[in-house]
Amino acid sequence: MKTFLWLIKREFWEHRGGFLRAPVITAAIFLVLNLMGIVTGEVMGRQMGFHLGMGSNNLHLLTRDLDQQSMEAVGAGLDLVMYSSTMIIGIVLGFVVFFYCLGALYDDRRDRSILFWKSLPVSDTATVLSKVVSATVVAPLIAVIVGALTGIVMLLMFAITLSLHGVSVWHLLGLSHPLQVIANLVGSIPLYVLWALPTVGWLMLCSAWARSKPFLWAVALPVGVGIVIGWFNLLGTLNISNDWYWRGVVARILGSVFPGGWFSEVSGIGGDNPAQVLSSLSVMHSYSAMGSMDLWIGVVAAIAMLAGAIWFRRWRDDS
Amino acid sequence: MSAVITASGLGKRYKSTVALDNVSFQVEPGRIVGLIGPNGAGKTTALKAILGLTDFTGELSVLGFDPRKQRDKLMGEVCFIADVAVLPRWIRVREVVDFVAHVHPRFDRTKCEAFLARTKLQPEQRVRQMSKGMIVQLHLALVMAIDAKLLILDEPTLGLDILYRKQFYQNLLEDYFDENKTIIVTTHQVEEVEHILTDLMFIRDGRIVLDADMDAVGERYIEVMVNADRAEAARALKPLDERQVFGKSIFLFDGVGRAQLEALGETRRPSISDLFVATMKGTYA
Repeated sequence: MKTFLWLIKREFWEHRGGFLRAPVITAAIFLVLNLMGIVTGEVMGRQMGFHLGMGSNNLHLLTRDLDQQSMEAVGAGLDLVMYSSTMIIGIVLGFVVFFYCLGALYDDRRDRSILFWKSLPVSDTATVLSKVVSATVVAPLIAVIVGALTGIVMLLMFAITLSLHGVSVWHLLGLSHPLQVIANLVGSIPLYVLWALPTVGWLMLCSAWARSKPFLWAVALPVGVGIVIGWFNLLGTLNISNDWYWRGVVARILGSVFPGGWFSEVSGIGGDNPAQVLSSLSVMHSYSAMGSMDLWIGVVAAIAMLAGAIWFRRWRDDS
Repeated sequence: MSAVITASGLGKRYKSTVALDNVSFQVEPGRIVGLIGPNGAGKTTALKAILGLTDFTGELSVLGFDPRKQRDKLMGEVCFIADVAVLPRWIRVREVVDFVAHVHPRFDRTKCEAFLARTKLQPEQRVRQMSKGMIVQLHLALVMAIDAKLLILDEPTLGLDILYRKQFYQNLLEDYFDENKTIIVTTHQVEEVEHILTDLMFIRDGRIVLDADMDAVGERYIEVMVNADRAEAARALKPLDERQVFGKSIFLFDGVGRAQLEALGETRRPSISDLFVATMKGTYA
């Protein structure tokens, strides 16, 4: 167990750039862009002689007049603001995890440092599993933490701006649910693990197997098969659905590291107002994806592919 | 004590070439074995088989373990340095010491830090900022702090300058080696290991062509410096090799009686490199 923790630490040291710096930089850019937006708004507003804090369009009055339903809508809107930063970071996370997995069992074979790692009493199973955990738990956890902090900073930024105009927005902010947002984000990590596993498994299998250019193999192989299936379909000699192959196989083994894909397995998403939409996306609701057969087929396939990756890690002899 | 390594009938072939051809040997504890051979003779394949890094046919037992099935356990007792610069380039001195300290049960951190204190390495320094010589210093400091029974060195000093090379073997002998440890080393810089080896193994085309301890080598192979007038008499004894130096001929004999040779001229023990060249004649032809 202690060894395993250190293996994960090792992954973090090596990939600090992708795991930590990438989300932090994304968050910083996101905040700067928002700040620029706010400043632009201020300057433009002043030029046009529009002052928020004066006259009858006083937001303070506005907040007082909100009825129950619109208060819910405002709260949901603020929650969405908090989610928005994590969504952007989530996309970055997808790319980071994709390329991490692709290099995880290949890069050290290329630079021969595998000979050093293999000189230590660590099993290949533990090595591969530590990389799986780094990709599916450590990286998303860091992304979620950075995303949530960014969301809170965003809220504060808006609050401070508005308070400069004499509007007490603290009451408004009280309508948001930061803890619930964080709980939802953290709570979806186990779902991310299960959902991302087929992609992680496939990429690591390619990473452990390819003698060179793992990216090409990982992408060209499934796409090539898809084209062949399409061709046979055109000839009418094969009865495999193109659509099923591209969505059920290619998308799952290449694209599932992007968070949120599991919503395709959840029914009843949407609603009449922001609050309903948000609650349909909540973690409690999204866990109904666990009831889908496709998710579990993916997990089983992933376990098989990871077993293959471990086998190649043990026996591939090209360093 | 039982043998550290027992190999019988080891075989390994790559697509077009035979890397190991029915090789059998034993290594006793407390020895320093030089595994010497030309490029592509199968040295690295033999070491990889011992380390469980490659599959092979035949029987092999290393410290009582089967390297194919019990690699993880085996690596708790075996260390290896596979030529220079296999340490990951991104890692820092501090990180690699931390990591090995926590995953290797036989690692002695204070020992490692004492070795490092004798070098110019800084804790925050990354491997990619080091020269080849410094990387080997770091690797050696890690390995010497591990109380392993078997140390395998595959071209450990390749590409290092003479200062680092001398220091490497000196450290190994003074601070590491004892009668409970066994070292197997492959190298092309034969002259530098000559005086530290206790055993010698020559490998050629996947076969072991010489396997003897250094005393036996000294008795079996004799070099004689012969004046020109007696050269014919020396040639009649079928020398392994003949070369000319300052008008005299130097003959290398295998298994000819010492008394008989002393009559011809001045005898001495051949250097391993001369012996190697003579044994490997025609390898690349």
